[in-house]
This record gives sequence, structure tokens and C-alpha cells, in this order.
Amino acid sequence: MKETRVIMTMPIVVDIVGAHDVSVLNDVFAFFTEVERRFSFFRDDSEVAAFNRGAGVPSAELQDILTIAEKTKQETDGYFDIVRADGRTDPSGITKGWAIKKAADIVRAHGCRDFLIDAGGDIHTEGRSAEGEEWRIGIRDPFDFEQIVKVVVPRGRGVATSGSSMRGGHIYDPRASHAAAHDVASITVIGPDILEADRLATAAFAMGKRGAAFIESLPGFEAYMIDTDGVATMTSHFNDYVATI
Amino acid sequence: MKRFFISGSLIVASIVYAIYQYAGNTLTYVADNLPTRTIPPPVSQPASSSVIIVSRKDVSAPAKTQTRTQTQTQTQAQTGSGMGMGMNGGMMKSCGASGTYAGAAADAYYGTVQVQATVSCGKLTDVQFLQYPSDRSTSQQINGYAMPILKQEAIAAQGAQVDAVSGATHTSRAFVQSLASALTKAGLN
Repeated sequence: MKETRVIMTMPIVVDIVGAHDVSVLNDVFAFFTEVERRFSFFRDDSEVAAFNRGAGVPSAELQDILTIAEKTKQETDGYFDIVRADGRTDPSGITKGWAIKKAADIVRAHGCRDFLIDAGGDIHTEGRSAEGEEWRIGIRDPFDFEQIVKVVVPRGRGVATSGSSMRGGHIYDPRASHAAAHDVASITVIGPDILEADRLATAAFAMGKRGAAFIESLPGFEAYMIDTDGVATMTSHFNDYVATI
Repeated sequence: MKRFFISGSLIVASIVYAIYQYAGNTLTYVADNLPTRTIPPPVSQPASSSVIIVSRKDVSAPAKTQTRTQTQTQTQAQTGSGMGMGMNGGMMKSCGASGTYAGAAADAYYGTVQVQATVSCGKLTDVQFLQYPSDRSTSQQINGYAMPILKQEAIAAQGAQVDAVSGATHTSRAFVQSLASALTKAGLN
């Protein structure tokens, strides 16, 4: 059974193979809804808003998210930083991958072994599809929403893509005075799990064309980086994940 | 006395300016607390393509267990260069050297290495290995940095069926966030 809902401003798809009670879908979507209510930067009643006001003590989950963010910042020499220019903290670069990973725990707790969770293009898979095949993930053409430019078979590893907004066809952020750092349209990272792939894809995108070299330097991670000329650069073992048919 | 002082200052200023011009008109900032993280300096590259990407990956670390055949690497590299460059000798006759140039086979201590360079209008646009010892990861020591040669290709639409698609999200908050931090690092924010 498969269902899509828009939560946290993005479409979330949960696809569960086999006969299971619909309660698993309800539980997963309820969890994402709770994540949005608790950790959205844009909600005045969220824990993140309270944190930014200096109110109260962060919950265990928020502390977990903030700790992961700090670790990511150190590992990426500051290219990943959840503190915005105005001084406020926006952990959404961590929260999404963190939430997907927790949602997968919920699905597994219901006894499901074969499933896919896609939250805004960050994808976690386990087991096999309804056809009994390995899950096949397409990489979207950053210049054409309807097209894919690659098919990967992640075999249980996390797949995350970071890139610029697709709205209006503007790949560049026109406010960027240093466009050279953002001549990358998108970078897709395959990593040990979706949280790892997501946080490092975000960091790698911030590094511009050096993002691919950064991912290459990390054992266990592969990347496919597409620049604004439509040329893709891939890490040395990315092809291990590319579908042969 | 005052006139002497003014003239002297002008002379000194002229000398300083002359030295500045002589030094190539560049000012070099030497940072004394560079981060120790291994984000490498960018290699200057022609706008349309780049093949050599600097990374400080430690090549003395154990190689990944999968083996790659040399033929496979060459095929992929050739596919990349063939599809991606789009520079046609016929169109660019008068702009400078264009074509592919095979270097001499060189004896690296672990085997024979030979590269082929693709040049368009006097600029290097691609480098491929024609020969490379197959028991080594594809890297080359230059100036003390290990430089993995990352394969490139032009993206192409795939007609195959997939279960889901990974792409950047519609809302680019993370993008804006990352951009802000990058601009801060560049000293522009």
C-alpha cells in the first residue's frame, strides 16, 4: 500500500509491500506531522522557535538534532551550518533525514520488511519492491522535473539530493554575488543511511564544484554532481550503484 | 622643509607603486590560521569542463575492495569526453589548438602510465588515461596532493522505470542556509 501526503512543505511517500494494516501508514504520517509541529523553523509554537527565543531547555530529540548538526559543521569545516545569517538556528538540514530514519523505525516496528519512504526526494528503502526486485531510484534532471538522468539501485543505502530550488527554472540564486560557488545544479549522495546521505549532501552542495571531491574523500559515500552546464561528475565507485538495465 | 617632506613622500609613494606594479599587480593574503580540514583549493579550470579535481584523499589507505578494469575506465572516460564537450574542430578553426593529443607512455614506478589530452581552442578540456596499471586506484601524485580523476559525463534522459525519484526539494531553505554559510566563508555575507 502506498500513500503520499504533504507534510513539512514537501510530498512524503510511504510505500509498504505486503499485507499490512493501514495503521502503519497512519502512524508514520502522524510522526512526520509531529516532527513538523515540534521542529519547524517557521512555526511560532515549535521547539525550534522556543530555542531561538532562548526559552526553556531543549528536548532530548532537539538536543540530538543539534548535536548531529554541530558534528556535521565540524566535519565539513563550516560549510554546513544551521545557524543562519540572522543568528537564528534552523535545523531543517538535519531534521528531514533524522525524521525519515525514525519513521523507518516505526515501519519496521510494525513488522514490515519491504518498504520505501521518500520525503521530498530523500529516500530510504529496505527489502524489495512489490515485484520482488531491488528498489530502483531515479535521479531527477535538475533542468527538467519530468525527466530522470540516472537510475541507481542503492541496496538499502540512503539516497539524498541537495540542490537549488526548481521553481521558475532559476537554478542560480540571483542574490548570490559569488555565483562560482553555486554553479552546481544538484548533487546526489548515496550513504550508509538517509541521515548521513542527507546531511552530507547539503554540505557538499554548499561547497559548489568541490562537493564531489569532498564526498570522494569519505569512505562509504558516493556522489553524482550535476553542474549548471549539464555535466555530471561522479565519485569513483558511484557506478557500483548504477542500474545495468 | 614642508616642501621637502611632501616631495619625499611622493617619491616614496611612486617607488612603492612601481614595486607593486612590478610584482604583478597582485596582493597576496597569507592566512595564518587556515582551517586544518581537508577542503582543497580549487584548481583553475576552463568554464565548460573540468576533469582533474583536487582532493586530499589519502591514497596510501587500503584501496576499496572492488576492482575496476582499465577498459571500463577508458570506455566511460571516452564516453564522457565524446558526449560532453561539444567543441567541433570545424567550427573553431581559427581559435587555437584543438584536438586530442596522446602523451608518451611514462614509467611510473608501479607501471606504465599514458594519458591523452583533449584541447579546444588552446585550452585543456579533458584528460583520459590510455594506459594505467590496473591494480592501482586511479590517482596520480602531483605536487604532493593525491588527485583522484573523477569521471564525467553529459547527463542524458533515462527512459527506465523507477520506484521513486531523488531530486532537490521544492522549498530551498537548506539551499539558502548553505548559501549563507558559503558566502560567510567567502567573506561576502
